[in-house]
Amino acid sequence: MSAALFIEQLLNGLQLGFMLFLMAAGLTLIFGVMGLINLAHGSLYMVGAFACAIVAAATGSFWLGLAASLAAAAAAGAIIEVLVIRRLYARDHLDQVLATFALILIFSEGARWLFGSFPLYLDIPSALGGAVRLPGGATYSAYRLAIIGIGILVAVGLWLLVSKTRLGMRIRAGESDREMVAALGVDIGLLYTLVFALGAALAGLAGAMVGALQSVQVGMGEPVLILAFVVIVIGGIGSIKGALVGALLVGVTDTLGRFLLPRGFELFMGTSDAATVGAAIASMLIYLVMAVVLAVRPQGLFPANR
Amino acid sequence: MKLFAQLRERLAGPHERNATRQQGETFMKGVLAAGLSALIFGFAGPAMAEPVKIGMITTLSGGGAGLGVDARDGFMLAIEESGNNEVEVVIEDDAQKPELAVQIADKMIQSDQVDILTGIIWSNLAMAVVPNAVNQGVFYLSVNAGPSQLAGSMCHENYFNVAYQNDNFHEAMGQYANDTFEKTFILAPNYPAGQDSLTGFKRYYKKELAGEVYTQLGQTDYAAEIAQIRASGADSVFFFLPGGMGIAFTKQYSQSGLDIPLTGPAFSFSQDVLPAVGEAALGVKNSASWSKDLDNAANKAFVEAFQAKYDRLPSVYAAQAYDTARLILSALEKASVKDKEAFRAALKEADFDSVRGKFSFNSNNHPVQDIYVREVVKEGDVITNRIIGTAFTDHKDAYAAECGL
Repeated sequence: MSAALFIEQLLNGLQLGFMLFLMAAGLTLIFGVMGLINLAHGSLYMVGAFACAIVAAATGSFWLGLAASLAAAAAAGAIIEVLVIRRLYARDHLDQVLATFALILIFSEGARWLFGSFPLYLDIPSALGGAVRLPGGATYSAYRLAIIGIGILVAVGLWLLVSKTRLGMRIRAGESDREMVAALGVDIGLLYTLVFALGAALAGLAGAMVGALQSVQVGMGEPVLILAFVVIVIGGIGSIKGALVGALLVGVTDTLGRFLLPRGFELFMGTSDAATVGAAIASMLIYLVMAVVLAVRPQGLFPANR
Repeated sequence: MKLFAQLRERLAGPHERNATRQQGETFMKGVLAAGLSALIFGFAGPAMAEPVKIGMITTLSGGGAGLGVDARDGFMLAIEESGNNEVEVVIEDDAQKPELAVQIADKMIQSDQVDILTGIIWSNLAMAVVPNAVNQGVFYLSVNAGPSQLAGSMCHENYFNVAYQNDNFHEAMGQYANDTFEKTFILAPNYPAGQDSLTGFKRYYKKELAGEVYTQLGQTDYAAEIAQIRASGADSVFFFLPGGMGIAFTKQYSQSGLDIPLTGPAFSFSQDVLPAVGEAALGVKNSASWSKDLDNAANKAFVEAFQAKYDRLPSVYAAQAYDTARLILSALEKASVKDKEAFRAALKEADFDSVRGKFSFNSNNHPVQDIYVREVVKEGDVITNRIIGTAFTDHKDAYAAECGL
């Protein structure tokens, strides 16, 4: 195994990690600030991908599609917050899970009703179509490097927003004492809608960027949602820093596991069997990591101050 | 919908309803049924003849809905073209869930009293539904799924597969690779059909393998696998990744800049997914028992009628379902579905004009058919397939010997 291949796989892991971070950041923010479990987060991811595919097909520009995905997912997020989610803050988690699960079904069948059952076409922008030569002889897809770059930008931006701005201060205050913040004259309802729309926009952005790599179709959000939940459980629920570390840990573990485990088993069994057994264990690996983290630190790696 | 169908049935005169009944015995049964329902309904108009009921369980929601929608549309096209208003089709969505498919099958058999079941796309659903259904005396005709067990030790006289045995397309690609390449890299998802796929491929591919990789079911990012392919020194790639997985793989493969030839079974290059893959699929070689450019009259008429009715090109799933419906209709002309022995024999004759040209059943009620190699091409603005060769002539599956029929 060459160093170039290993570097390429490591980058693949980071890219998957940053994509998961975009999903998990919104999820953990919504859970941390509002105490709400939002199963429909994957649907917002799907909304972003569909919006990008449709606008890109109509205008021929991926970048307009990307802007549309942010706008559409944020709008969808704000609308469901006002219509549905707002009524759930005071309820227990089971009610929230039921209601947001219903939203998944509504979004899925709604998308099918509007756009049909067949997957949509979305390709990466031609400007990022090529590969970049990295030091050490490896080449890597420019588009995937761009995803890593956008992930870093979002991470820095979110950190600045939460720790340096007035809005961030209110978000943190709302997290620790909702009634007190409201009593001080902050419109807590508006604040929650904003946070929800922000989380939704990040999910939509992830959906649009990944949609260009994969297929844009109904139900694309649910597998990612499960991974995003694993990420926030590992990272500590409510913590942006935890979401970032958890996402990168899951991304790198998953990618390197898929790559290295079958090779490891090949040392003491046949190629075909090693491929089957390695693949089976690789698919469990992130859940094993989650179990270990929970056993050592039940609150996750970076528990939010609650 | 069902209500309307029944209403229509009642409004139709008795002559029209009995028009397609030919055998004396059936006619007697019809008279008997008419007498009985006249007793029940008193003087209420002309008595109802018992129609043939077909239950179609297929995937109409969720990520796999494209396949089920095509199968349904192909099937219903054949039924409508026949003008046979004795046939009633009950359609339900299984959402690609085995437990749901089992419930629907039970309901269709017990309360709808269907004579024939069909429509299942996925092998795991077929395994959950078919053995139980055929043991209750219902006929099952597969429009797509063809798990090896049902072709071998678990075959049944009431189970007919009109599509293929799961291994067939992979075997064809193995044969093609064996003739064309020296060092192939193969990959498939880690689940029964994926393992069957690579087994089927290796049954005919006897040269060196550059690598063999199993991916996770539902995986959507293949960067790690593509990096391995690049490093392996392969001269070609064979992959089986149905649904969204294949779309993702083909796009990412094309974006990676690798220019090793890509091959696979038709599932990832079928007309239902090609528009979503786009030009990334151009030039890919894939295997199927059908293609829209197959030169026979039945196929030309089918492609034209499908396009006219649904405003899109048919996929291989639509073609298989269309053939299934035409097989049922051909058998109904020869025998009543209530006379199981005669109907079974009529099905086995496969006396219909298949869109695949020639079609017959092997001893285990699975197809004997040609399997072609197709290439993805662009015709005007439409990305589609054309046939470039024949991998197998009169191909039979590998499991028939294990079947006791």
